Amino acid sequence: MAIKDYIRGRFFPHMWCPGCGHGIVLNSLLRAVEKLGMSKNEIVMVSGIGCSARISGYVDFHSMHTLHGRALAFATGIKMSRPGLNVIVPMGDGDAMAIGGNHFIHAARRNIDITAIVMNNRIYGMTGGQYSPLSGVGVMATTTPYGNIDHEFDIVEMARAAGASFVARTTTYHAKQATDLIRQAIIHEGFSVVEILSQCPVQFGRRNKGGSAAEMMETYKTNTTPIGSKAKKENSDLIERGIFVQKDIPEYCNEYDKIIEQAMKGQ
Amino acid sequence: MSKKNVKFIQGNEVCAEAAIYAGLDFFAGYPITPSTEIAEHLAKRLPQRGGHFIQMEDEISSMCAIIGASLTGSKVMTASSGPGISLKQEAIGYAVMTEVPCVIVNVQRGGPSTGIPTHGSQGDVMQARWGCHGDHSIVVMTASNHQDIFEITVEAFNIAETYRTPVILLFDEIVGHTRERVVIPEPGEIPLVERLRTSVKGGVDYHPYLPREDGRLPMSDFGSVHRYNVTGLFHDMWGFPSTKPEIVYGLLRHLTDKIENRAGQIARYKEYYLEDAERILISYGSSARSALHVVENRRARGECLGLLELQTLWPFPSEVVRRKCLKAEAVVVIEMNMGQIVQEVKKAVEQPEKIFLANRFDGVFITPMDIINILRVIKGKGV
Amino acid sequence: MGKPKLKEHRIERDWCKGCGICVHFCPKSVLELDDDDKVFAARPEDCIACRLCEIRCPDLAIEIITEPEGK
Repeated sequence: MAIKDYIRGRFFPHMWCPGCGHGIVLNSLLRAVEKLGMSKNEIVMVSGIGCSARISGYVDFHSMHTLHGRALAFATGIKMSRPGLNVIVPMGDGDAMAIGGNHFIHAARRNIDITAIVMNNRIYGMTGGQYSPLSGVGVMATTTPYGNIDHEFDIVEMARAAGASFVARTTTYHAKQATDLIRQAIIHEGFSVVEILSQCPVQFGRRNKGGSAAEMMETYKTNTTPIGSKAKKENSDLIERGIFVQKDIPEYCNEYDKIIEQAMKGQ
Repeated sequence: MSKKNVKFIQGNEVCAEAAIYAGLDFFAGYPITPSTEIAEHLAKRLPQRGGHFIQMEDEISSMCAIIGASLTGSKVMTASSGPGISLKQEAIGYAVMTEVPCVIVNVQRGGPSTGIPTHGSQGDVMQARWGCHGDHSIVVMTASNHQDIFEITVEAFNIAETYRTPVILLFDEIVGHTRERVVIPEPGEIPLVERLRTSVKGGVDYHPYLPREDGRLPMSDFGSVHRYNVTGLFHDMWGFPSTKPEIVYGLLRHLTDKIENRAGQIARYKEYYLEDAERILISYGSSARSALHVVENRRARGECLGLLELQTLWPFPSEVVRRKCLKAEAVVVIEMNMGQIVQEVKKAVEQPEKIFLANRFDGVFITPMDIINILRVIKGKGV
Repeated sequence: MGKPKLKEHRIERDWCKGCGICVHFCPKSVLELDDDDKVFAARPEDCIACRLCEIRCPDLAIEIITEPEGK
């Protein structure tokens, strides 16, 4: 497989559990990179902490495994000082939206040209299955042994409200769509967010009658639908998949280049 | 010396200008009294020379952003004060672990907590050394006047590049907000240490974390031919995580030895009248200004006082302190906190019973009178 | 150019964790797990080279090789 050129094969088999959706995200992401024909030296992958974050160790790009929730902050420094680099930031749901929520909001607000991939498995997997802000009411987890009482929010809506100029969502069942959305997100010049619902059969599935990895992916198939479909109109509980926001607005590094030009002229 | 090199500016502005002189490319920061002027000055100056400035959403992301920028080959800095420095600790530890050169300015204010934002103190000395969790070493420097602020700031960048380490510049509100005459050196007057990049060619095995024989660690910018991993986990010489005991031991030893074993080379200090001093004052930062005033004043009256002004606080220059204090009858440490450097001085000298503390921590700049009163008490004369 | 014809299922047994995703989603029920919980092509003649197994494998452990491209 040509995509094997993009991995650090000596570390495989990887550390993710059998059936973990994050492996499918890796698979889809590599196919997007391959389709774009990108050079490995032009990509910097910056991840936070968690099962999702381990993805950066397996790819043969410049990789940076940073602090829980702070990947976008490191990525902002990288992108601003070397705007020619392609910065891809995979994060978990807790990583991006709990501890990292503030950095997510402001990276989107700046519309800085970074591709954020939120690998949403609705749980904190690496630490053993605590609930996350994306778990939802009723979910059983190690820190919600009586069932979770707080609601999740919609990552797509958060990204949209914060100002991201490309926002999309899909699932690991829809691996082909994932590759396509990631590809478009990378090409897009501005802050791109791709939320990918990813199954965690061990920490989430086992405690919440999720079934096997394949069964969890079946529910991604039955519980989601393309944006604006007839099925959605009939059943508002369905989760929409596709591109929600795609707009061409000023990108942060380009705007700062204008500042540099202006400042140097005034000298 | 041309007139345009002479300026009458705040210490904060001196620090910012010195950073630019040293080759600063990227600054990320957040407003906090009494350091805000550094960010404001650089917001204006950095783009004038093609550099990048960003005000991030908080202190934590400011520290993270400069680490990311440093790995692309930039010289980087951030500036803050007490509460902000507390927030940055995790990321500072990350820079220690990943050996990323960067400069962190702490313009100290009274603490703990919100404390007294517009008044100076020297209460963050121990935090600068031990603020991040885990065993580690770090370089911390300070200065008492604007000319030294300039030189020590440039030195901080040089040390950061030489040892691949974060360097904390511990200034304070007094010296930060005081306006004083300073002469900006000509380019080339102060030697600069540039980023050491690896000469290993693409396709050849590059070890980002294997020191050369001279102890230095050649770097490779993100975007160039070597694709390696950077992580805060304990890692092997290629940057990949490991829990093997020999790797954990080896890395921790390397991180601490590279600084502690070079304490002698990293030590910067100034001495005044130490050769014949019967009683020695040891001080640093703006306290040293009052200490120097006392020394000059009392010497004119025939008292044999001397001053050892420390500019490197960590690694603590124990050998320098021990040697300089050998013949003194008494040593008085002067600082604006409840006694932080005095502990290190006591550990360093041969007779700890001759160490005294003259201090002040009520938000007021320690005065020469405060110091003289302590000297009188030591002499048995009371106040 | 005609439809791709299967040449072989290239399986990296060391990487396969026996999660069963490829088996479950194969539209022609070509794949099964063996006694070691590793995937193998039980009915390779039924394979239509749709590659759903390849793109949905979390372990990058299965690859469809076709002729004549040999891709």
